[in-house]
Amino acid sequence: MYWNREMECMPAEKRQKLQLMRLRELVRRVYENVPHYQRVLREAGLRPGDVKSLDNLAHLPFTAKEDLRRTYPFGLFATPLANTVRVHASSGTTGKPIVVGYTRKDIDTWSEVMARTLMCAGVKDDDIIQIAYGYGLFTGGLGVHYGAEKIGATVVPISVGNTKRQIMLMEDFGTTALACTPSYALHLSEVLEEMGTDRSRIRLRVGVFGAESWSPQMAREIEKKLNVVAVDIFGLSEIIGPGVASECLYNTGLHIFDDHFLPEIIDPATGTQLPPGEEGELVITTLTKEAFPLIRYRTRDIATLHAEPCPCGRTHVRMSKVMGRTDDMLIIRGVNVFPSQIESVLLEIGHAEPHYLLVVDRKSPLDHLEVWVEVSERFFRDEVRHLESLGKTIKREIEGTLGIGVEVKLVEPKTIERSQGKAKRVVDKRDLPGKNKP
Amino acid sequence: MWVKQISVFLENKSGRLAAVARLLADNGFNIRALSIADTSDFGILRLIVNDPARAYQVLKDAGFTVSETEVLAVEVPDRPGGLAGVLDLLHDTGINIEYLYAFVSKSGGNALVLLKVEALERAVEVLGANGIQVQDYHIVHQI
Repeated sequence: MYWNREMECMPAEKRQKLQLMRLRELVRRVYENVPHYQRVLREAGLRPGDVKSLDNLAHLPFTAKEDLRRTYPFGLFATPLANTVRVHASSGTTGKPIVVGYTRKDIDTWSEVMARTLMCAGVKDDDIIQIAYGYGLFTGGLGVHYGAEKIGATVVPISVGNTKRQIMLMEDFGTTALACTPSYALHLSEVLEEMGTDRSRIRLRVGVFGAESWSPQMAREIEKKLNVVAVDIFGLSEIIGPGVASECLYNTGLHIFDDHFLPEIIDPATGTQLPPGEEGELVITTLTKEAFPLIRYRTRDIATLHAEPCPCGRTHVRMSKVMGRTDDMLIIRGVNVFPSQIESVLLEIGHAEPHYLLVVDRKSPLDHLEVWVEVSERFFRDEVRHLESLGKTIKREIEGTLGIGVEVKLVEPKTIERSQGKAKRVVDKRDLPGKNKP
Repeated sequence: MWVKQISVFLENKSGRLAAVARLLADNGFNIRALSIADTSDFGILRLIVNDPARAYQVLKDAGFTVSETEVLAVEVPDRPGGLAGVLDLLHDTGINIEYLYAFVSKSGGNALVLLKVEALERAVEVLGANGIQVQDYHIVHQI
Protein backbone atom coordinates (compact mmCIF):
# COMPACT_ATOMS: atom_id res chain seq x y z
CA MET A 1 0.00 0.00 0.00
CA TYR A 2 1.50 3.27 -1.10
CA TRP A 3 0.33 6.83 -0.87
CA ASN A 4 2.47 7.97 -3.79
CA ARG A 5 3.70 4.96 -5.73
CA GLU A 6 5.61 7.02 -8.28
CA MET A 7 7.81 8.75 -5.71
CA GLU A 8 8.05 5.86 -3.26
CA CYS A 9 9.01 3.20 -5.81
CA MET A 10 11.04 5.40 -8.18
CA PRO A 11 14.16 3.69 -9.61
CA ALA A 12 17.27 4.80 -7.71
CA GLU A 13 18.90 6.49 -10.70
CA LYS A 14 15.86 8.52 -11.51
CA ARG A 15 15.57 9.62 -7.89
CA GLN A 16 19.22 10.66 -7.77
CA LYS A 17 18.61 12.95 -10.73
CA LEU A 18 15.66 14.45 -8.93
CA GLN A 19 17.70 14.84 -5.74
CA LEU A 20 20.53 16.60 -7.56
CA MET A 21 18.15 18.97 -9.28
CA ARG A 22 16.49 19.79 -5.96
CA LEU A 23 19.82 20.12 -4.13
CA ARG A 24 21.17 22.62 -6.66
CA GLU A 25 17.99 24.63 -6.46
CA LEU A 26 18.08 24.49 -2.64
CA VAL A 27 21.66 25.75 -2.39
CA ARG A 28 20.84 28.60 -4.75
CA ARG A 29 17.75 29.53 -2.71
CA VAL A 30 19.47 29.58 0.69
CA TYR A 31 22.47 31.44 -0.73
CA GLU A 32 20.21 34.16 -2.04
CA ASN A 33 17.79 34.39 0.88
CA VAL A 34 19.54 33.46 4.12
CA PRO A 35 22.51 35.58 5.26
CA HIS A 36 23.80 32.74 7.45
CA TYR A 37 24.07 30.33 4.52
CA GLN A 38 25.56 32.91 2.23
CA ARG A 39 28.26 33.55 4.81
CA VAL A 40 29.11 29.91 5.57
CA LEU A 41 29.10 28.92 1.90
CA ARG A 42 31.43 31.80 1.10
CA GLU A 43 33.68 30.87 3.98
CA ALA A 44 33.86 27.39 2.50
CA GLY A 45 34.79 28.96 -0.84
CA LEU A 46 31.59 27.78 -2.49
CA ARG A 47 29.15 29.33 -4.93
CA PRO A 48 25.71 27.83 -5.63
CA GLY A 49 26.81 26.74 -9.11
CA ASP A 50 29.59 24.59 -7.60
CA VAL A 51 27.18 21.78 -6.71
CA LYS A 52 27.45 19.55 -9.77
CA SER A 53 26.83 16.09 -8.35
CA LEU A 54 25.38 14.50 -5.24
CA ASP A 55 28.93 13.70 -4.15
CA ASN A 56 29.54 17.44 -3.80
CA LEU A 57 27.17 17.36 -0.83
CA ALA A 58 30.14 16.30 1.32
CA HIS A 59 31.78 19.71 0.66
CA LEU A 60 28.86 21.73 1.96
CA PRO A 61 29.09 23.06 5.52
CA PHE A 62 27.07 21.45 8.30
CA THR A 63 24.25 23.18 10.11
CA ALA A 64 24.21 22.56 13.85
CA LYS A 65 21.62 23.05 16.54
CA GLU A 66 23.68 26.00 17.82
CA ASP A 67 23.17 27.77 14.47
CA LEU A 68 19.43 27.47 15.02
CA ARG A 69 19.69 28.84 18.56
CA ARG A 70 21.95 31.68 17.50
CA THR A 71 19.56 32.84 14.79
CA TYR A 72 16.47 32.67 17.04
CA PRO A 73 13.69 33.22 16.21
CA PHE A 74 13.46 33.70 12.42
CA GLY A 75 17.07 34.15 11.32
CA LEU A 76 17.22 31.02 9.17
CA PHE A 77 13.87 31.51 7.45
CA ALA A 78 14.27 31.63 3.68
CA THR A 79 10.87 33.15 2.91
CA PRO A 80 9.25 36.37 4.13
CA LEU A 81 6.90 36.01 7.12
CA ALA A 82 4.05 36.95 4.79
CA ASN A 83 4.50 33.57 3.13
CA THR A 84 4.96 31.69 6.39
CA VAL A 85 1.67 30.16 7.49
CA ARG A 86 2.81 28.29 10.58
CA VAL A 87 5.57 28.11 13.16
CA HIS A 88 6.41 25.31 15.57
CA ALA A 89 9.00 25.32 18.33
CA SER A 90 10.96 22.89 20.47
CA SER A 91 10.19 22.72 24.17
CA GLY A 92 13.37 24.68 24.89
CA THR A 93 14.07 23.24 28.31
CA THR A 94 17.24 25.26 28.45
CA GLY A 95 17.03 28.83 27.26
CA LYS A 96 15.29 29.81 24.03
CA PRO A 97 13.43 27.23 21.95
CA ILE A 98 14.22 26.33 18.37
CA VAL A 99 11.69 27.84 16.00
CA VAL A 100 10.78 26.36 12.62
CA GLY A 101 8.49 27.78 9.93
CA TYR A 102 6.28 26.45 7.14
CA THR A 103 4.88 27.94 3.96
CA ARG A 104 1.61 26.62 2.61
CA LYS A 105 3.59 24.34 0.31
CA ASP A 106 5.65 23.08 3.28
CA ILE A 107 2.44 22.13 5.07
CA ASP A 108 1.38 20.26 1.91
CA THR A 109 4.74 18.47 1.79
CA TRP A 110 4.40 17.58 5.45
CA SER A 111 0.91 16.18 4.95
CA GLU A 112 2.22 14.21 1.97
CA VAL A 113 5.11 12.58 3.83
CA MET A 114 2.89 11.87 6.84
CA ALA A 115 0.30 10.28 4.53
CA ARG A 116 3.11 8.09 3.16
CA THR A 117 4.19 7.28 6.72
CA LEU A 118 0.73 6.18 7.79
CA MET A 119 0.14 4.09 4.67
CA CYS A 120 3.58 2.57 5.19
CA ALA A 121 2.39 1.53 8.67
CA GLY A 122 -0.76 0.04 7.21
CA VAL A 123 -3.16 2.78 8.36
CA LYS A 124 -6.05 3.24 5.89
CA ASP A 125 -9.04 5.47 5.29
CA ASP A 126 -11.31 3.19 7.33
CA ASP A 127 -9.11 3.40 10.43
CA ILE A 128 -10.00 5.42 13.50
CA ILE A 129 -6.75 7.02 14.64
CA GLN A 130 -6.30 8.42 18.11
CA ILE A 131 -3.54 11.03 18.04
CA ALA A 132 -2.03 11.15 21.51
CA TYR A 133 1.00 13.20 20.57
CA GLY A 134 0.99 16.67 22.05
CA TYR A 135 -0.77 19.30 19.94
CA GLY A 136 0.55 22.83 19.90
CA LEU A 137 4.07 24.07 19.37
CA PHE A 138 5.32 20.46 19.35
CA THR A 139 5.17 19.08 15.80
CA GLY A 140 3.96 15.60 16.79
CA GLY A 141 0.23 16.16 17.12
CA LEU A 142 -0.48 18.42 14.15
CA GLY A 143 1.99 16.59 11.91
CA VAL A 144 0.28 13.23 12.28
CA HIS A 145 -3.10 14.97 12.21
CA TYR A 146 -2.67 16.46 8.73
CA GLY A 147 -1.34 13.19 7.30
CA ALA A 148 -4.17 11.17 8.82
CA GLU A 149 -6.77 13.54 7.40
CA LYS A 150 -5.08 13.38 4.01
CA ILE A 151 -5.45 9.60 3.79
CA GLY A 152 -9.03 9.94 4.98
CA ALA A 153 -8.75 8.19 8.34
CA THR A 154 -11.12 9.24 11.11
CA VAL A 155 -9.04 11.48 13.35
CA VAL A 156 -9.49 11.69 17.12
CA PRO A 157 -7.28 14.69 18.02
CA ILE A 158 -7.11 13.90 21.73
CA SER A 159 -3.50 15.05 22.33
CA VAL A 160 -1.40 13.64 25.14
CA GLY A 161 -2.44 13.00 28.75
CA ASN A 162 -5.61 12.12 30.65
CA THR A 163 -4.92 8.46 30.11
CA LYS A 164 -8.14 7.09 31.57
CA ARG A 165 -10.16 9.23 29.20
CA GLN A 166 -7.96 8.06 26.33
CA ILE A 167 -8.87 4.48 27.21
CA MET A 168 -12.57 5.26 27.59
CA LEU A 169 -12.72 6.82 24.12
CA MET A 170 -10.57 4.07 22.67
CA GLU A 171 -13.18 1.60 23.91
CA ASP A 172 -16.25 3.62 22.96
CA PHE A 173 -15.05 4.75 19.51
CA GLY A 174 -13.44 1.44 18.60
CA THR A 175 -10.12 3.17 17.87
CA THR A 176 -7.96 1.01 15.58
CA ALA A 177 -4.75 3.07 15.35
CA LEU A 178 -2.80 4.90 18.03
CA ALA A 179 -0.17 7.59 17.47
CA CYS A 180 1.99 8.61 20.46
CA THR A 181 5.48 8.29 21.94
CA PRO A 182 6.53 4.71 22.77
CA SER A 183 6.90 5.54 26.45
CA TYR A 184 3.38 6.93 26.52
CA ALA A 185 2.14 3.76 24.78
CA LEU A 186 3.72 1.73 27.55
CA HIS A 187 2.18 3.98 30.19
CA LEU A 188 -1.19 3.60 28.52
CA SER A 189 -0.88 -0.18 28.54
CA GLU A 190 -0.18 -0.09 32.28
CA VAL A 191 -3.20 2.05 33.01
CA LEU A 192 -5.27 -0.25 30.81
CA GLU A 193 -4.13 -3.14 32.97
CA GLU A 194 -4.81 -1.27 36.20
CA MET A 195 -8.30 -0.31 35.10
CA GLY A 196 -9.07 -3.95 34.34
CA THR A 197 -10.56 -2.99 30.96
CA ASP A 198 -12.15 -5.83 29.01
CA ARG A 199 -9.54 -6.33 26.28
CA SER A 200 -12.07 -7.63 23.78
CA ARG A 201 -13.51 -4.09 23.72
CA ILE A 202 -10.20 -2.58 22.58
CA ARG A 203 -9.89 -2.79 18.81
CA LEU A 204 -6.39 -1.28 18.41
CA ARG A 205 -4.37 -3.02 15.73
CA VAL A 206 -1.56 -0.63 14.85
CA GLY A 207 0.57 1.88 16.74
CA VAL A 208 2.53 4.66 15.07
CA PHE A 209 5.18 5.49 17.61
CA GLY A 210 8.03 7.98 17.47
CA ALA A 211 9.63 11.17 18.81
CA GLU A 212 12.04 9.25 21.05
CA SER A 213 14.44 6.40 20.49
CA TRP A 214 13.32 2.96 21.59
CA SER A 215 14.77 -0.50 21.25
CA PRO A 216 13.31 -3.37 19.18
CA GLN A 217 12.69 -5.17 22.49
CA MET A 218 10.57 -2.27 23.72
CA ALA A 219 8.63 -2.47 20.46
CA ARG A 220 7.92 -6.18 21.08
CA GLU A 221 6.88 -5.38 24.66
CA ILE A 222 4.40 -2.75 23.47
CA GLU A 223 3.09 -5.10 20.78
CA LYS A 224 2.45 -7.77 23.38
CA LYS A 225 0.85 -5.47 25.92
CA LEU A 226 -1.33 -3.44 23.56
CA ASN A 227 -1.88 -6.21 21.01
CA VAL A 228 -0.81 -3.96 18.11
CA VAL A 229 1.78 -3.87 15.38
CA ALA A 230 4.22 -1.23 16.64
CA VAL A 231 5.60 0.87 13.80
CA ASP A 232 8.55 3.18 14.38
CA ILE A 233 8.19 6.54 12.71
CA PHE A 234 11.02 9.05 12.67
CA GLY A 235 11.10 12.77 12.40
CA LEU A 236 12.31 15.92 14.03
CA SER A 237 10.91 19.41 14.12
CA GLU A 238 13.98 20.94 12.55
CA ILE A 239 13.55 18.81 9.42
CA ILE A 240 9.74 18.94 9.24
CA GLY A 241 8.33 17.04 12.24
CA PRO A 242 7.13 13.44 12.06
CA GLY A 243 7.17 12.10 8.49
CA VAL A 244 10.89 12.01 7.74
CA ALA A 245 11.03 8.20 7.74
CA SER A 246 8.86 5.24 8.64
CA GLU A 247 9.02 1.51 9.09
CA CYS A 248 6.86 -0.58 6.79
CA LEU A 249 5.36 -3.91 7.84
CA TYR A 250 8.45 -5.84 6.68
CA ASN A 251 10.54 -4.66 9.59
CA THR A 252 13.56 -3.76 7.49
CA GLY A 253 14.32 -0.38 8.99
CA LEU A 254 12.80 3.03 8.34
CA HIS A 255 12.22 4.25 4.79
CA ILE A 256 13.52 7.81 4.54
CA PHE A 257 11.42 9.86 2.13
CA ASP A 258 14.60 10.86 0.39
CA ASP A 259 12.99 12.74 -2.47
CA HIS A 260 12.44 15.38 0.25
CA PHE A 261 15.06 14.57 2.89
CA LEU A 262 18.54 13.64 1.74
CA PRO A 263 20.33 11.59 4.42
CA GLU A 264 24.01 10.95 5.19
CA ILE A 265 25.82 9.25 8.04
CA ILE A 266 28.95 10.93 9.37
CA ASP A 267 31.52 10.26 12.00
CA PRO A 268 30.38 12.68 14.73
CA ALA A 269 33.96 13.36 15.80
CA THR A 270 35.51 14.14 12.40
CA GLY A 271 32.51 14.99 10.21
CA THR A 272 33.63 12.48 7.56
CA GLN A 273 30.91 10.80 5.53
CA LEU A 274 30.61 7.09 6.33
CA PRO A 275 29.63 4.31 3.89
CA PRO A 276 26.26 2.49 4.11
CA GLY A 277 25.98 0.12 7.05
CA GLU A 278 28.35 2.06 9.28
CA GLU A 279 27.10 3.56 12.48
CA GLY A 280 27.32 7.30 12.96
CA GLU A 281 25.42 10.56 13.23
CA LEU A 282 22.49 11.06 10.88
CA VAL A 283 22.72 14.24 8.81
CA ILE A 284 19.79 15.46 6.71
CA THR A 285 19.42 18.06 3.97
CA THR A 286 15.85 19.21 3.33
CA LEU A 287 15.55 19.21 -0.45
CA THR A 288 12.17 20.86 -0.82
CA LYS A 289 11.44 22.89 2.30
CA GLU A 290 10.70 26.55 1.54
CA ALA A 291 10.39 28.47 4.82
CA PHE A 292 12.97 26.62 6.89
CA PRO A 293 15.41 24.75 4.66
CA LEU A 294 18.42 23.09 6.22
CA ILE A 295 21.71 22.14 4.63
CA ARG A 296 23.37 19.08 6.18
CA TYR A 297 21.65 19.36 9.51
CA ARG A 298 23.31 17.34 12.25
CA THR A 299 20.45 15.51 13.94
CA ARG A 300 22.57 14.11 16.79
CA ASP A 301 20.79 10.78 16.24
CA ILE A 302 22.97 7.71 15.88
CA ALA A 303 21.90 5.29 13.12
CA THR A 304 23.03 3.37 10.04
CA LEU A 305 21.83 3.69 6.40
CA HIS A 306 20.98 0.86 4.03
CA ALA A 307 20.31 1.00 0.30
CA GLU A 308 19.29 -2.60 -0.54
CA PRO A 309 15.72 -2.95 -1.82
CA CYS A 310 12.89 -3.72 0.61
CA PRO A 311 10.29 -6.41 -0.18
CA CYS A 312 7.58 -3.76 0.21
CA GLY A 313 8.70 -2.25 -3.10
CA ARG A 314 9.76 1.15 -1.82
CA THR A 315 13.14 2.21 -3.13
CA HIS A 316 13.89 4.83 -0.49
CA VAL A 317 17.12 4.59 1.46
CA ARG A 318 16.44 3.01 4.85
CA MET A 319 17.81 3.94 8.24
CA SER A 320 18.12 1.68 11.26
CA LYS A 321 16.13 2.48 14.35
CA VAL A 322 17.85 5.32 16.16
CA MET A 323 20.44 3.70 18.41
CA GLY A 324 20.99 6.67 20.63
CA ARG A 325 21.75 10.38 20.60
CA THR A 326 25.16 11.91 20.39
CA ASP A 327 23.99 14.08 23.30
CA ASP A 328 22.37 11.20 25.27
CA MET A 329 25.61 9.38 25.00
CA LEU A 330 27.26 9.22 28.36
CA ILE A 331 30.96 8.80 28.59
CA ILE A 332 31.55 6.87 31.77
CA ARG A 333 35.12 6.06 32.64
CA GLY A 334 35.95 6.54 28.99
CA VAL A 335 33.28 4.13 27.74
CA ASN A 336 30.38 5.25 25.55
CA VAL A 337 27.07 4.33 27.15
CA PHE A 338 23.62 4.75 25.59
CA PRO A 339 20.42 4.43 27.64
CA SER A 340 19.08 2.18 24.87
CA GLN A 341 21.72 -0.43 25.72
CA ILE A 342 20.44 -0.67 29.28
CA GLU A 343 16.89 -0.91 28.03
CA SER A 344 17.77 -3.83 25.75
CA VAL A 345 19.40 -5.69 28.60
CA LEU A 346 16.43 -5.20 30.91
CA LEU A 347 13.96 -6.40 28.34
CA GLU A 348 16.08 -9.38 27.41
CA ILE A 349 16.25 -10.49 31.02
CA GLY A 350 12.48 -10.22 31.01
CA HIS A 351 12.69 -9.76 34.74
CA ALA A 352 12.06 -6.08 34.81
CA GLU A 353 9.70 -3.56 33.35
CA PRO A 354 11.55 -1.22 31.10
CA HIS A 355 11.23 1.58 33.61
CA TYR A 356 14.73 2.58 34.44
CA LEU A 357 16.89 5.59 35.17
CA LEU A 358 20.63 6.03 34.85
CA VAL A 359 22.13 8.10 37.61
CA VAL A 360 25.71 9.15 36.97
CA ASP A 361 27.85 10.69 39.61
CA ARG A 362 31.53 11.33 40.05
CA LYS A 363 32.73 9.78 43.24
CA SER A 364 36.19 11.11 42.78
CA PRO A 365 38.16 10.22 40.94
CA LEU A 366 35.88 7.72 39.24
CA ASP A 367 32.55 8.02 37.47
CA HIS A 368 29.87 5.97 39.10
CA LEU A 369 26.84 4.63 37.24
CA GLU A 370 23.77 3.60 39.15
CA VAL A 371 20.88 1.96 37.31
CA TRP A 372 17.51 2.27 38.97
CA VAL A 373 15.05 -0.41 37.99
CA GLU A 374 11.45 -0.58 39.08
CA VAL A 375 10.29 -3.88 40.56
CA SER A 376 6.91 -4.77 39.14
CA GLU A 377 4.45 -7.11 40.76
CA ARG A 378 5.12 -9.74 38.13
CA PHE A 379 8.64 -10.23 39.45
CA PHE A 380 8.13 -9.60 43.12
CA ARG A 381 8.49 -12.59 45.43
CA ASP A 382 8.22 -12.58 49.16
CA GLU A 383 11.85 -13.64 49.48
CA VAL A 384 14.90 -11.48 49.95
CA ARG A 385 17.14 -13.88 48.08
CA HIS A 386 14.86 -13.82 45.02
CA LEU A 387 15.08 -10.04 44.82
CA GLU A 388 18.79 -10.05 45.50
CA SER A 389 19.36 -12.51 42.70
CA LEU A 390 17.19 -10.39 40.37
CA GLY A 391 19.40 -7.41 41.17
CA LYS A 392 22.55 -9.44 40.63
CA THR A 393 21.38 -10.78 37.28
CA ILE A 394 20.59 -7.29 36.04
CA LYS A 395 23.97 -6.04 37.25
CA ARG A 396 25.86 -8.90 35.62
CA GLU A 397 24.08 -8.52 32.27
CA ILE A 398 24.53 -4.76 32.13
CA GLU A 399 28.18 -5.04 33.05
CA GLY A 400 28.61 -7.67 30.35
CA THR A 401 27.08 -5.37 27.75
CA LEU A 402 28.75 -2.12 28.76
CA GLY A 403 32.06 -3.45 29.95
CA ILE A 404 32.04 -1.23 33.02
CA GLY A 405 30.93 -1.76 36.60
CA VAL A 406 27.49 -0.51 37.63
CA GLU A 407 25.36 -0.51 40.75
CA VAL A 408 21.79 -1.71 40.38
CA LYS A 409 19.15 -0.34 42.67
CA LEU A 410 15.70 -1.91 42.79
CA VAL A 411 13.07 0.75 43.36
CA GLU A 412 9.34 0.81 43.97
CA PRO A 413 6.97 1.16 41.01
CA LYS A 414 6.25 4.70 39.84
CA THR A 415 9.43 5.99 41.50
CA ILE A 416 10.73 6.95 38.09
CA GLU A 417 8.80 9.76 36.55
CA ARG A 418 6.38 8.67 33.81
CA SER A 419 6.67 10.71 30.71
CA GLN A 420 3.72 12.01 28.84
CA GLY A 421 6.10 13.39 26.29
CA LYS A 422 9.68 12.22 26.09
CA ALA A 423 11.18 9.80 28.57
CA LYS A 424 13.83 11.01 30.95
CA ARG A 425 16.39 8.25 31.25
CA VAL A 426 19.47 9.95 32.56
CA VAL A 427 20.36 12.04 35.57
CA ASP A 428 23.94 13.23 35.30
CA LYS A 429 25.16 14.72 38.56
CA ARG A 430 28.72 15.14 37.37
CA ASP A 431 29.95 18.65 36.92
CA LEU A 432 31.95 18.23 33.76
CA PRO A 433 33.16 21.13 31.65
CA GLY A 434 32.32 19.44 28.36
CA LYS A 435 29.08 17.86 29.50
CA ASN A 436 26.35 18.01 26.91
CA LYS A 437 23.35 19.88 28.14
CA PRO A 438 19.99 19.18 26.47
CA MET B 1 -5.96 -23.74 56.65
CA TRP B 2 -3.19 -21.36 55.52
CA VAL B 3 -3.00 -17.82 56.69
CA LYS B 4 -2.81 -15.14 54.00
CA GLN B 5 0.17 -12.90 54.44
CA ILE B 6 0.57 -9.67 52.51
CA SER B 7 4.12 -8.81 51.44
CA VAL B 8 5.07 -5.33 50.31
CA PHE B 9 8.24 -4.27 48.50
CA LEU B 10 9.74 -1.20 50.16
CA GLU B 11 12.72 0.85 49.25
CA ASN B 12 15.05 1.38 52.12
CA LYS B 13 14.34 5.06 52.63
CA SER B 14 12.65 7.03 55.32
CA GLY B 15 8.89 7.28 55.41
CA ARG B 16 8.04 4.20 53.37
CA LEU B 17 6.94 2.04 56.30
CA ALA B 18 4.99 4.95 57.71
CA ALA B 19 3.26 5.37 54.36
CA VAL B 20 2.04 1.77 54.42
CA ALA B 21 0.93 2.00 58.06
CA ARG B 22 -0.92 5.23 57.36
CA LEU B 23 -2.63 3.83 54.29
CA LEU B 24 -3.81 0.74 56.17
CA ALA B 25 -4.98 2.85 59.10
CA ASP B 26 -6.93 5.20 56.84
CA ASN B 27 -8.68 2.22 55.32
CA GLY B 28 -9.58 0.71 58.68
CA PHE B 29 -7.24 -2.27 58.69
CA ASN B 30 -5.89 -3.74 61.86
CA ILE B 31 -2.36 -5.08 61.62
CA ARG B 32 -2.27 -8.37 63.54
CA ALA B 33 1.37 -9.22 63.07
CA LEU B 34 4.26 -7.94 61.04
CA SER B 35 7.91 -8.41 60.28
CA ILE B 36 10.44 -6.76 58.02
CA ALA B 37 13.22 -8.45 56.12
CA ASP B 38 15.69 -5.80 55.11
CA THR B 39 18.84 -5.42 53.09
CA SER B 40 20.84 -2.24 52.69
CA ASP B 41 18.77 -1.23 49.66
CA PHE B 42 15.29 -2.58 50.10
CA GLY B 43 13.02 -4.36 52.50
CA ILE B 44 10.08 -6.72 52.40
CA LEU B 45 7.32 -5.91 54.82
CA ARG B 46 5.20 -8.89 55.80
CA LEU B 47 1.80 -8.32 57.30
CA ILE B 48 -1.09 -10.23 58.74
CA VAL B 49 -4.25 -8.12 58.67
CA ASN B 50 -7.94 -8.63 58.90
CA ASP B 51 -9.39 -8.85 55.36
CA PRO B 52 -6.14 -9.55 53.45
CA ALA B 53 -7.84 -9.60 50.04
CA ARG B 54 -9.01 -6.02 50.42
CA ALA B 55 -5.70 -4.92 51.94
CA TYR B 56 -3.91 -6.35 48.90
CA GLN B 57 -6.12 -4.30 46.59
CA VAL B 58 -5.79 -1.10 48.61
CA LEU B 59 -1.98 -1.35 48.65
CA LYS B 60 -1.85 -2.22 44.94
CA ASP B 61 -4.11 0.68 44.03
CA ALA B 62 -1.83 3.00 45.99
CA GLY B 63 1.04 1.91 43.73
CA PHE B 64 2.89 -0.52 45.99
CA THR B 65 4.31 -3.78 44.72
CA VAL B 66 2.42 -6.39 46.70
CA SER B 67 2.17 -10.14 46.80
CA GLU B 68 0.13 -12.65 48.76
CA THR B 69 1.88 -15.54 50.46
CA GLU B 70 0.51 -18.46 52.40
CA VAL B 71 2.03 -19.07 55.80
CA LEU B 72 1.18 -21.24 58.80
CA ALA B 73 -0.01 -19.92 62.15
CA VAL B 74 1.30 -22.43 64.63
CA GLU B 75 0.37 -22.58 68.28
CA VAL B 76 3.47 -22.83 70.40
CA PRO B 77 3.35 -23.67 74.11
CA ASP B 78 4.14 -20.45 75.98
CA ARG B 79 6.98 -21.81 78.11
CA PRO B 80 10.76 -22.27 77.78
CA GLY B 81 11.46 -24.78 75.04
CA GLY B 82 8.03 -24.36 73.45
CA LEU B 83 9.37 -23.02 70.15
CA ALA B 84 12.39 -25.30 70.19
CA GLY B 85 10.11 -28.32 70.35
CA VAL B 86 8.14 -27.23 67.29
CA LEU B 87 11.25 -26.41 65.32
CA ASP B 88 12.84 -29.73 66.19
CA LEU B 89 9.82 -31.54 64.85
CA LEU B 90 10.10 -29.75 61.52
CA HIS B 91 13.84 -30.13 61.38
CA ASP B 92 13.64 -33.85 62.02
CA THR B 93 11.29 -34.29 59.07
CA GLY B 94 13.51 -32.21 56.81
CA ILE B 95 11.11 -29.29 56.46
CA ASN B 96 13.02 -26.12 55.91
CA ILE B 97 11.79 -22.88 57.45
CA GLU B 98 12.27 -19.80 55.32
CA TYR B 99 11.37 -17.37 58.08
CA LEU B 100 9.13 -16.99 61.08
CA TYR B 101 7.83 -14.23 63.28
CA ALA B 102 5.51 -13.97 66.23
CA PHE B 103 1.97 -12.80 66.76
CA VAL B 104 1.32 -10.16 69.38
CA SER B 105 -1.72 -11.78 70.93
CA LYS B 106 -2.07 -15.28 72.29
CA SER B 107 -4.34 -18.05 71.18
CA GLY B 108 -5.73 -19.55 74.34
CA GLY B 109 -2.72 -20.17 76.58
CA ASN B 110 -0.36 -20.57 73.67
CA ALA B 111 1.86 -18.15 71.78
CA LEU B 112 1.23 -17.90 68.06
CA VAL B 113 4.08 -18.05 65.55
CA LEU B 114 3.87 -17.48 61.81
CA LEU B 115 5.95 -19.89 59.76
CA LYS B 116 6.90 -19.77 56.12
CA VAL B 117 7.82 -23.20 54.77
CA GLU B 118 7.74 -24.61 51.27
CA ALA B 119 6.01 -27.86 52.23
CA LEU B 120 2.91 -26.37 53.82
CA GLU B 121 0.74 -29.48 53.86
CA ARG B 122 3.45 -31.73 55.11
CA ALA B 123 4.31 -29.31 57.90
CA VAL B 124 0.68 -29.25 59.04
CA GLU B 125 0.61 -33.05 59.01
CA VAL B 126 3.79 -33.38 61.05
CA LEU B 127 2.74 -30.76 63.57
CA GLY B 128 -0.78 -32.12 63.87
CA ALA B 129 0.46 -35.67 64.42
CA ASN B 130 2.48 -34.34 67.35
CA GLY B 131 -0.37 -32.45 68.94
CA ILE B 132 0.69 -28.98 67.76
CA GLN B 133 -2.28 -26.86 66.74
CA VAL B 134 -2.16 -24.97 63.41
CA GLN B 135 -4.65 -22.15 63.49
CA ASP B 136 -7.35 -21.71 60.95
CA TYR B 137 -7.31 -18.85 58.47
CA HIS B 138 -10.58 -17.34 59.68
CA ILE B 139 -9.64 -17.43 63.30
CA VAL B 140 -6.20 -15.87 62.83
CA HIS B 141 -7.41 -12.98 60.70
CA GLN B 142 -10.02 -12.14 63.31
CA ILE B 143 -7.89 -12.43 66.45
